[in-house]
Amino acid sequence: MQILPCGDRGLLVELDTLQEVLNLHAALRADPPPGLSELVPAARTVLLRLDPTQCDPAGAERHLRRLNPGSVAAPGQSKAPLVEIPVVYDGPDLPDAARLLGMSERDLVAAHTAAGWTVAFCGFAPGFGYLVSDDPRFQVPRRGESRTAVPPGSVALAGEFSGVYPRSSPGGWQLIGTTELEVWNLDRDPPGLLRPGVHVRFREEA
Amino acid sequence: MRGLTVTDPGPSSTIQDTGRAGYAALGVGRSGAADGPAAALANRLVANPPGAAVVESTLGGVHVRAHGRVTVAVTGAPCPLTVAVPDASSVHGAAMNTVLHLADGATLRLGRPTRGLRSYLALRGGIDVPPVLGSRSTDLLAGLGPPALAPGTWLPAGPPPAAFPRLDSAPVPEVPDGSITLRAVLGPRCAWFTHEAHASLRESGFTVTPRSNRIGLRLDGPELPRARGGELPSEGMMPGSLQVPPGGEPVLFLADHPVTGGYPVLAVVHSADLPRAAQAPPGCRLRFRIIEPASAEGAVRALPRPR
Repeated sequence: MQILPCGDRGLLVELDTLQEVLNLHAALRADPPPGLSELVPAARTVLLRLDPTQCDPAGAERHLRRLNPGSVAAPGQSKAPLVEIPVVYDGPDLPDAARLLGMSERDLVAAHTAAGWTVAFCGFAPGFGYLVSDDPRFQVPRRGESRTAVPPGSVALAGEFSGVYPRSSPGGWQLIGTTELEVWNLDRDPPGLLRPGVHVRFREEA
Repeated sequence: MRGLTVTDPGPSSTIQDTGRAGYAALGVGRSGAADGPAAALANRLVANPPGAAVVESTLGGVHVRAHGRVTVAVTGAPCPLTVAVPDASSVHGAAMNTVLHLADGATLRLGRPTRGLRSYLALRGGIDVPPVLGSRSTDLLAGLGPPALAPGTWLPAGPPPAAFPRLDSAPVPEVPDGSITLRAVLGPRCAWFTHEAHASLRESGFTVTPRSNRIGLRLDGPELPRARGGELPSEGMMPGSLQVPPGGEPVLFLADHPVTGGYPVLAVVHSADLPRAAQAPPGCRLRFRIIEPASAEGAVRALPRPR
């Protein structure tokens, strides 16, 4: 664990693996340092944003070093909610993604629906969750060229991640299908279904 | 119903409050007034709570018409103010940072700022548009919150607060113009940059380009070469982060910055200096004064906010 300065109100904690990120995020949520205002987990880091009125970066750093993330159940074993996402596997990049993974399109669909997925973190756009799986075969490069408009509800792969585009936006991920499920709705509280720690299963729709 | 009708929004005007806290883990940024102290002062003048929604006008140019008798105040970048009564029989100037009473049908015009970039128009009672995720701020990057002001936009006044304005006018620090110096803490990714880049950051000036907006100031200046190759997995960003893409043109993140970013951050500007950064117009020269992270908190107390 490496703690990097991030201005007068932030600390960036760098870790070796995504699992360590998930563990630390869970530990910080269970036992937040005084003055913590927001946590931003990402692929290898957790950013601590501190409250300007009671901010004490040195105190937050001491708290971080005292924490024992291993003592908190990692999201993988916890009772986080499960979201089931119905998918029609009709994405324009399904053939490319299957070829890049060295499997048939049907095998890709089978692997995508069989794997257990967990939201590691959000970013890119409101409600866009980066999902990681328990199937190490999922490693797909991004498309060579980014699309200017990916339709909302697109189910996609890139790197070790899968994701669902909450609304139309530019994007370079491999589109393998579409879902009718609204993953982001401002009339809901919370508005996003795909929050860090949430478990996800994809189900094939005819 | 009392309020203001926008007759001309100027080059770029939005509704802002203190922003959307607590949604970063869902990928939603804070947003809010870019110059928070100026927005808070506008609210204080009309006795609103500090988090009431105001108009943030970039480069002035906003024209509004009063419906019913309303009380307003304009702060931030100083711009010429004109008030005209309904039949235009009287047109007179008005002062920044004062309490202004507008009769029904009167118009208020904000001219182009003489220094700085962003002016704030507070309406007694606050601008009572529906909040989105607990805030009335327009986040231009995420596409959240009320739409940007357009001709005909109705700005309804909320219920008047219990308190009455206690000041007619407020003394304000001078808004920067021409050149400003910002305190910054190195990191989190300063090790990604060469000694030459570190020296340039400390010793050279940077110019704010016209491609700047509420997301960030895009800066023109010396190259900031990297000491290492490779890519960084996306990581959380702070307001004030100086992010350096491979093509150069570093970006200093302001209120609508992305929650995460994939380019290394060389330094982060001190939070107390960010309101001044948000007032830097295109062409403004920026310099950075590097301070130690440990002294960062003490610096807030020790220094009066230099304007």
